[in-house]
Amino acid sequence: MFDYETLKFIWWGLIGFLFIGFAITDGMDMGVGGLLPFVAKKDVERRVVINTVGAHWDGNQVWFITAGASLFAAWPLVYATAFSGFYFAMMLTLFSLFLRPLAFDYRSKIDSLKWRNNWDKALFVGSMVPPLVFGIAFGNLLLGVPFGFDSLMRVTYTGSFFALFTPFTLLTGVISVAMMLMHGSTWLVMRTDADVAKRSANIGLVVALVLALCFILAGVMVWQSVDGYVVVSAIDTMGQAQPTIKEVTTGSGAWLTNYNETPILWLIPVVGIIAPLFVALFLSIKSKSTTIKVLSFVGSSLTIASIILTAGIAMFPFVMPSSSIPSHSLLMWDTVSSESTLGLMLVVVAFFVPIILGYTIWCYKKMWRTVTIAEIEQNSHSAY
Amino acid sequence: MINETLVELSRWQFAITALFHFLFVPLTIGLTWILFIMESVYVMTGREIYRDMTKFWGKLFGINFAIGVATGLTMEFEFGTNWSYYSHYVGDVFGAPLAIEGLMAFFLESTFVGMFFLGWDRLSKRQHLMGTFLMALGTNFSALWILIANGWMQNPVGSEFNYMTMRMELVSFSEIIFNPVAQVKFIHTVAGGYVAGAMFVLSISSYYLLKGRDVAFAKRSFSVAAGFGLAAILSVILLGDESGYEVGEVQRVKLAAIEAEYHTEPAPAAFTVIGLPDDEAMETHYAVKIPYALGLIATRSLDGEVMGLRDLQKAHEPRIRNGMIAYEYLTKLRNGEQTPENLAKFNETKHDLGYGLLLKRYTDNVVDATEAQIQMAVKDSTPPVAPVFWAFRIMVACGFTMLLLFVLAFYFNARRQIEQKRWLLKSLFFALPLPWIAIETGWFVAEFGRQPWAISEVLPTFLSTSSLAASDVLFSLIAFIVVYSILFVIEMYLMVKFARLGPSSLHTGRYHFEQKPALASGLRSQNS
Repeated sequence: MFDYETLKFIWWGLIGFLFIGFAITDGMDMGVGGLLPFVAKKDVERRVVINTVGAHWDGNQVWFITAGASLFAAWPLVYATAFSGFYFAMMLTLFSLFLRPLAFDYRSKIDSLKWRNNWDKALFVGSMVPPLVFGIAFGNLLLGVPFGFDSLMRVTYTGSFFALFTPFTLLTGVISVAMMLMHGSTWLVMRTDADVAKRSANIGLVVALVLALCFILAGVMVWQSVDGYVVVSAIDTMGQAQPTIKEVTTGSGAWLTNYNETPILWLIPVVGIIAPLFVALFLSIKSKSTTIKVLSFVGSSLTIASIILTAGIAMFPFVMPSSSIPSHSLLMWDTVSSESTLGLMLVVVAFFVPIILGYTIWCYKKMWRTVTIAEIEQNSHSAY
Repeated sequence: MINETLVELSRWQFAITALFHFLFVPLTIGLTWILFIMESVYVMTGREIYRDMTKFWGKLFGINFAIGVATGLTMEFEFGTNWSYYSHYVGDVFGAPLAIEGLMAFFLESTFVGMFFLGWDRLSKRQHLMGTFLMALGTNFSALWILIANGWMQNPVGSEFNYMTMRMELVSFSEIIFNPVAQVKFIHTVAGGYVAGAMFVLSISSYYLLKGRDVAFAKRSFSVAAGFGLAAILSVILLGDESGYEVGEVQRVKLAAIEAEYHTEPAPAAFTVIGLPDDEAMETHYAVKIPYALGLIATRSLDGEVMGLRDLQKAHEPRIRNGMIAYEYLTKLRNGEQTPENLAKFNETKHDLGYGLLLKRYTDNVVDATEAQIQMAVKDSTPPVAPVFWAFRIMVACGFTMLLLFVLAFYFNARRQIEQKRWLLKSLFFALPLPWIAIETGWFVAEFGRQPWAISEVLPTFLSTSSLAASDVLFSLIAFIVVYSILFVIEMYLMVKFARLGPSSLHTGRYHFEQKPALASGLRSQNS
């Protein structure tokens, strides 16, 4: 059907697609969880906020699970290296993720303010720690991670947990959290009314501006102070997955090579800057029509996709550069699964993703409404 | 060299987190169908009580489901965090069923579980029922793909080692799907889940009947669970997974360990009911045996031989020596000496590479192993017998006890005498833990019985870990134990609370605690 080279490239796109899918869907309810303490003061308001995503958070979370499992299937070395290398960061993410399903499901089962407030805190932590860690991890990918392979391809990571935190990676962490919060606020503006919607719009407006600013700042740092990686030997794009037989150097501004070689790609980071400004503009309008609300959500989704793509394209063909042994860096050409696995999984994805999108949209449509305080009070025993 | 502490801690962590996760999975698998049956009756007859049954058992299902989702995430993380060499070595094959599970099963299950809980007022009756069906279907698909992945670990078909990438690669996906080990494991595991779901409903309904509360509700729930459970336990026992033990070397080893059969007996072999296995002497002391039974069960014939552990080990020794040759040529090939001769020699011996890797525990170079080290590797090539032997017997004892209980429950329910049989109701109530004991011991047999392999005959468990410090894993292991204990207490607290409250928790005004305000006010005021 496709040759190995094409399959490898398609899978670079698919992994990107799945992670963007995760950020737009699960990122939305993570943002909602992060906004919860700030946009909802009374218990009934909090239930309004939670019930806008009550029916969807679990399906959304599967984007994350599927993105992770696809990483395992398509880029097993990246999965193995990143998860074991970032051991404590991954454990921190995992333990925070435990809190979300339980908070959603258990919170309103007992009518005690203390019980509910504790679950709200759990939901906040579970919703904010993962995007923060992912953002910091992504920043570290841009900087390069200290790892290398022995002769039997066993990976050893030589960094420490605390080395993950640098000014640049904290900045990428903030960008990631800001994306989720902005996204969550545009969702709440669409799905709630009264005070909750007003507070969401106000917070979302500020966050969108902060996001645009941080994204520009990160871009300047990538241009000026972050060393990028370049493959200097010939790459056999049709070859088998052998990530230790190439030559790689580093250089200031090297992450901008792809943009300079193909200037049309600059459009993507430009959208990443302009789209959040539009979101801020839409959110600042006092009486919003439905179109404006939807546009702010679309703008927010576009921002997320552009920012993730901007980083992915900057690094292309790198996925995980090694700072200690650069020639062991993982490229989307040499870290992949076999041709038969990539071919099989492409067919599976092409078959199932349209079906998934179909029933997911159906469910969102069926559950679509403005969640109000009156509704929650009426269904206080069956709602979340 | 191998860090034995790291290996031990990694195994403990995986075992604890996997067994903990599997406390919740079987109930999800079983209850989804029970909910679907109850809701189908509601949609067909329009009788409200069946909607209440669906909603109430659904509430308990939800409490269980949430923690199942949370602890399931651990499994996805751990292959990468703690078993990174495994992930590299077999990700090309093993990753695919996991990714397909996400796309085909988890999306379906998780999208419609939201509709199940919150869609009652927003979907038509039939739409909601269809959603419940898709949720149940997704749950079962998920079990299918996980057991295809696990079946491949037990019997790694459809794949081949590639020396250039230093990993196993996919050759035939249909062989992996139709792996006989995966097929029997799937049936056995989901049927085990159905038993757990049925026993759960049966036990709690028995509690209401014993208390004389919500009798109409409890009796109907009891009927559904008794019928469903009897069918399920029969499938678990008749389609037990020993039928897969004919396939693959490691399954044969596991069978011998289950039976504590150290010596090969002339066919048909006797079945050891009970005894004291002794790995040092390689003898089973005080064995009580049933003639012919093992031969019949394991080989489904009178002339099939069941190999004993001594002979199995003896057969492993030449394979270990052959594996040393494979390792020697692998090293040459990876050092750039890719001559046709080296390649030919490697291809001749590579099916035994895994056995050669068993020596890595004693010498990093493998090829320089001493005679004593080879003998130690031979000893390592089968699992310790006693744990497998006993775990299997506990599982079977639970299984047959449940068979008896389901038969009695079904019989007296059919004769409409169940309310009078208080001894049976009490037995059923106390039998609640049985499916979980059987399921956990069953998994223990399957996974511990596979040792020393992570992937049978391909990759030893001790090689599969990440290159972490033992202290890293100790730290996370303690964190898991603490956090899981807390989660378990919270879950049990809610489960017990709502199980005791019964259908009154739905606040329909039709059930026990809502009709005697004096009695119920204490409970009700705290709950919604």
